[in-house]
Amino acid sequence: MDAAMDLMRRMPPGSAETALNALLSLLPDNSLDLLSQVDLPLQVCMDKESMKEYILCEYNRDADSYRSPWSNKYEPPLEDGTVPSEAMRNLEIEANEVFSVYRDQYYEGGISSVYIWEDEDNGFIACFLIKKDGQGKRGYMQIGSWDAIHVIQVGPEEEGAAHYCLNSTVMLSLTTDKKHSGTFNLSGSIRRQMSMTLAVADGHLVNMGKMIEEMEGKLRNTLDQVYFGKTREMVCTLRPPPEVLNMRLPDS
Amino acid sequence: MRALLGDDAVYEAAAGEAFPEYNKTHLVSLELPDRSGDIIITTYGELDKNNYLDPRTAQVATVDHIKQTCTKLRPAMDEELPSAYIEDFRNSLDIELSKYVGEAYPKGVCAVYCTSGKDVEGPGADFGFAVVISAAKRSPQNFCNGSWRSVWTVDFSYELQYVDIKGKIQVGAHYFEEGNVQLDTNVDRKDSTIWQSAEDSAVSVTNIIRHHESEYFSSLEESYLNLSDATFKDLRRKLPVTRTLFPWHNTLAFSLTRDLAKELALGK
Repeated sequence: MDAAMDLMRRMPPGSAETALNALLSLLPDNSLDLLSQVDLPLQVCMDKESMKEYILCEYNRDADSYRSPWSNKYEPPLEDGTVPSEAMRNLEIEANEVFSVYRDQYYEGGISSVYIWEDEDNGFIACFLIKKDGQGKRGYMQIGSWDAIHVIQVGPEEEGAAHYCLNSTVMLSLTTDKKHSGTFNLSGSIRRQMSMTLAVADGHLVNMGKMIEEMEGKLRNTLDQVYFGKTREMVCTLRPPPEVLNMRLPDS
Repeated sequence: MRALLGDDAVYEAAAGEAFPEYNKTHLVSLELPDRSGDIIITTYGELDKNNYLDPRTAQVATVDHIKQTCTKLRPAMDEELPSAYIEDFRNSLDIELSKYVGEAYPKGVCAVYCTSGKDVEGPGADFGFAVVISAAKRSPQNFCNGSWRSVWTVDFSYELQYVDIKGKIQVGAHYFEEGNVQLDTNVDRKDSTIWQSAEDSAVSVTNIIRHHESEYFSSLEESYLNLSDATFKDLRRKLPVTRTLFPWHNTLAFSLTRDLAKELALGK
């Protein structure tokens, strides 16, 4: 299992799906672990009732069907598919509405879905998903994708406060393709965790939303500054920029 | 990998196939056993699966693909080498190119292979070379690896008195501390120059390669500059369109009022 995860860390993110399928056939006994630990680009399905798209994940799957957060129905239809309790479903409806507004403000497009269900000991789990694909309206990017998965485990309320544990993964890929500079692709994924105990006075949704907003800001910044920066540094190690060479010349 | 397959024979067989392929496409360079330089593993120097020609030292190295080492070295046979006339062009280009690669790539290696017309004895016929430049850095302890690879084909056409130059540059970088981010780029370039003496051709061909590679390097830098402000913004903005953090409280107020309105409506 360690060797498998080690390998997944080194595979080009674009081939993650092929690699995972290969690992699954090699290690059928670890398939549950593999499926839950390896993140793949998110898939989307159309809710035929509301004509809105929703995101598929392990958390809205029952057998081979996926539940839409808009209509609360499974596609392909499932007679006895599990649905959240009424209280959870109400929170889920609200979360989906608010989160779409949030998504639109940051992503200027894309698709989002939120799934919420009961956990043991009176807590609950919420999964917030965002998928953004395409060219982007500024036209700098030819092909790009951003897939974010945020899973928050919310503990039971005690003395007006609850414990929130957030696990977030972002997978992204961006490609620019110009005649003169050729194809330029950066892709990757990172995963981070954040835990907080917060007063529930303002409601769970406000707390979860703020945590996700902070986390997404951090992840975006880390990718931009650290991860992209490191690959650029590597290119400059291989071929130092002219300024560096000129500075070195007088010495030699 | 070995641990995953749990079968050494399968591993050996798969590695036997995969490593030569990897070494060739990544233009892996290996130190020659006599420490006279490095040999690049490439299809242009491949005599058979495990034997590769080093045109600069006119030697043939036997390679262990899996261990990525050279095991044996022998002088190349005459039929494996180009004629004296062609070698003059090849060697001149190799000398000019090595100067350039030495300046531009601290870890770079290069080689010039004759790809066609190696037995041409004098003026009157066409011939061609492949120029291979490879610079790689591996530092797994810092969680990063990278490589710059370029392959240029240089075709001398006697009839047109023309030298046709085509190149492909590929750059890759991988950073994987607490994540996995990879850069993968490539570009094709084309150029040409007039046929001159061996020395003069070598200088102009090298100048053309230098020009294209430094221009490409600048365009990579430019792509990085555009990245955080423009390209990345197309995916996700740093701040919402409103330039302030998302008003979570207000949406709650908004939905509360809506709920209230709903309840009032129900109460009627």
